Amino acid sequence: MGNKLISRMNNTTRSGDMTRRGFLVSMTATGVAFGFPRASSAAMDPAASNGIPIEATGDPFEPTLWYWIDSDGRVNVNIIRAEMGQHVGTAIARILADELEVAWDSVHITHVDTAEKWGTMVTGGSWSVWQSWPVYRQAGAAGRTALIEAAASQWGVDPATCTARDGSVSDGSNTISYGDLVAAGIERSFTEDELQALPLKPHSELRLVGKDVTALDIANKTNGKAIYGLDAKVDGMVYGVPLLPPTRLGSKVSAVDDSGAKDVKGYLQTLTLDDPSGTVPGWVVVLGETLMAAKWASAKIKVTWAAGETAGVSEADINDRSRQLIADGTTGAILPTETPDTSAAFDAAANVLEAEYVTQTVLHFQLEPVNATVFQNAEGMWEIHTGNQWQSLILPTLSTALDTPADQIVMRTYMLGGGFGRRLNGDYTVPAALASKALGGKPIKLVFFREDDAQFDSPRSPSVQKMRMAFDGDNKVIGMEHHAAAGWPTGVVVPSFMPKGVNDEPYDPFAIDGADHWYTVGAHKVRAITNDLANKTFRPGWLRSVGPGWTNFAVESFMDEAAHKIGTDPLEFRLQHLKAEGYNAGSAPNAVGGASRQAAVLRRVAEMSGYGATDLPADTAIGIATTFGQSRSMPTWTAGAVQLHVDRKTGQIDVQKMWLAFDCGTVVDPDGALAQCEGAALWGLSMALYEGTSFENGNVSDLNLGSYTPLRMIDTPEMEIAFVESTEVPVGLGEPGTTVIAPAIANAIHAAVGARLRHLPIRPDDILAALNA
Amino acid sequence: MIQFKINGRDVSLDADPQTPLLWAIRDEIGLTGTKFGCGIGMCGACTVHVGGRATRSCITPISDVAGTEITTIEGLDTDSNHPVQEAWRNLRVPQCGYCQSGQIMQAVALLQDIPNPSDQDIDAVMTGNLCRCMTYPRIRQAVRDAATAMNGAQDNG
Repeated sequence: MGNKLISRMNNTTRSGDMTRRGFLVSMTATGVAFGFPRASSAAMDPAASNGIPIEATGDPFEPTLWYWIDSDGRVNVNIIRAEMGQHVGTAIARILADELEVAWDSVHITHVDTAEKWGTMVTGGSWSVWQSWPVYRQAGAAGRTALIEAAASQWGVDPATCTARDGSVSDGSNTISYGDLVAAGIERSFTEDELQALPLKPHSELRLVGKDVTALDIANKTNGKAIYGLDAKVDGMVYGVPLLPPTRLGSKVSAVDDSGAKDVKGYLQTLTLDDPSGTVPGWVVVLGETLMAAKWASAKIKVTWAAGETAGVSEADINDRSRQLIADGTTGAILPTETPDTSAAFDAAANVLEAEYVTQTVLHFQLEPVNATVFQNAEGMWEIHTGNQWQSLILPTLSTALDTPADQIVMRTYMLGGGFGRRLNGDYTVPAALASKALGGKPIKLVFFREDDAQFDSPRSPSVQKMRMAFDGDNKVIGMEHHAAAGWPTGVVVPSFMPKGVNDEPYDPFAIDGADHWYTVGAHKVRAITNDLANKTFRPGWLRSVGPGWTNFAVESFMDEAAHKIGTDPLEFRLQHLKAEGYNAGSAPNAVGGASRQAAVLRRVAEMSGYGATDLPADTAIGIATTFGQSRSMPTWTAGAVQLHVDRKTGQIDVQKMWLAFDCGTVVDPDGALAQCEGAALWGLSMALYEGTSFENGNVSDLNLGSYTPLRMIDTPEMEIAFVESTEVPVGLGEPGTTVIAPAIANAIHAAVGARLRHLPIRPDDILAALNA
Repeated sequence: MIQFKINGRDVSLDADPQTPLLWAIRDEIGLTGTKFGCGIGMCGACTVHVGGRATRSCITPISDVAGTEITTIEGLDTDSNHPVQEAWRNLRVPQCGYCQSGQIMQAVALLQDIPNPSDQDIDAVMTGNLCRCMTYPRIRQAVRDAATAMNGAQDNG
């Protein structure tokens, strides 16, 4: 959905030599001779111990932008997505290799550097496989078609009599390998129309999709050879650490006194950054010959700031502002649901149910703190060495910061030590670039220690949501309202990305997705409200599952409350309202079957978990929840059940088992899919019970693991995860598992001890307070 | 000058004695398989072996390791085929992989101390190592598998 916008933002132009090979050649040719900085390998091929992609033997055949085949029959697939744990190259390359009909062991991948020809470079939204599926299938089919044509022409036979398999073409009597065909020379290109018309294999003939293959990035992640941004090395680089201003925005440096640091061995200097892009106002960077020299010096440097206006803002202030905005009926965007005007339904209601849900600020805490290494190379190009999820978004900002055309900036590719949405916002590259710019392009590695990373995070915004449901005299649901207020990541960073509601007000889809659910509830108003105080206090971030991480906590808790109000079982109540009709009937290609597929995964998880069992021990129960993953435009039908025990004395919750069922259409990478769902579900658990911070004095109050407490192994429950067999379009799996766990837990707590928890995270004290209320 | 052995190699460092071992290993010696996560010894990404003991290198000054033998992920096995590494690959444990050097070094030390760990032993020891991708279920199983493989090798040999 964002492609048009992002390609507009991706205003870089590149000369043809900015390939990795071109880069390496120029480095060895001029770098040594003229003493310019030299970078070591980035991580373009995660299967290679030095990160350097394979080079073609002979002149390769390049049927499309996305790959080549060489005379050894090796296939090199270009990947524009960031590798951050999804084994994304393995998933995408296999889609291509399957259509191309090559064996998996001849497949290599290259995670490419930024260049205009790649189009939009973004890795997020659980979009990668969904978006790549049609493109890489066509690309593979193009190669197969061309190779079959070439073989048929050699033999003077009809191409229709030839088949391709395992990197060879055969007509029954002759056989020739792809490598030999490429060595003989193939000239064949395809127009966009020809590509669209290529025959694709039926599901029954898929040999790699849906099967187990070796993930190309895993071996180097068990021997220390995988290369992350923090591992970047450039000859002559110095180290920098930031000194952060008291507020994220609006602070100004009044004075810097580094006299106390002069005796720190290896201390170089302190820079007050001048940032034309406005990304890091009031920043100071301390430089050292070693990282610790910079760090130790930074502790002895006195900086005086004139703090910005948000220096006193607290979590309570932000949430009070949300409540104020919700109460003011004129604010926000009304989403284009089927019947957004709910006034008649609520006027006619015999009963109305209302509840407020609150979720606290959450840190990404990706294990590799953000960092970037920047320098100007021998050709005058600015090189940004870092792990990043949305290169096309930050390049224009870097262009402004460096006062350099975007085509003079290239971002090199590294593995990400966790993404989870943090590295969608590439703001951390800007202070590194500014520091290097201040030194005339000298290489600088800017390292954020953990506390700096946490303070500079783009956290998941706190949210306040007000839910309402109208019932008629027969307890039939006739209307529902969902008012959600939070900081808006997209509103702050890419406002032009936002669609408009029926009242012509723009809204951040990522901050409200999930509220526009597939339940048939009569009139349905979804109102998305941006919290201006949140937006100026911090940079709201996209954090694994973004809005659906909080909207579904409200929707699915509230569905339980509604079921109890009218005395219906929560499972039955949900199924009654998941009707594949009208607005919720679904449509091709992405949402075939609509609400009926959501009902199916819900039934499945109820069966798996034994939901409704009456023989559980005291204070122990199973709660359920269901969602459609990330968005109506790409629904991943998701259901979860959690069994837990509540200790009434301590308020401790023992999560005993979690069950999840997914219908994601075609499963491309079965083990990768399972791994993503395991991780996403455990993130859901972590944010439900174990992690959350709050704003105090304009900043998050938890900066490291002493007080910030994400899930550890000891609290990890057993899990059982099922995928519905399907040949529908493959949709995303990186985030959906996150969305069902918190509401399933809240519903299980209610079923176990009768307490309704409407605040995340749920801590033991909250349980005790609710039990004693 | 502070001298120690790392992965069988003698090194001597002309660095501030308070320098955390982690940064000496990464930036001075150039072995970047050992990772930085929290800097306060609570995530385990920086775990190495000092004299065979799992040690958080981010809070260990190099002055404390003078004269010792240190092993990092790079030195665990010449061909990266330690049974723990094999178990990790077989179960496809890593996602982003950033914490896994530390997880593997911690698991190797655990299995040296407790060759037949119970599930409670595994949880108690490995819970000190944070995995933000939440690969915990696979780590748990990989430690069990590695224990089985290592004990089998011993029984046969």
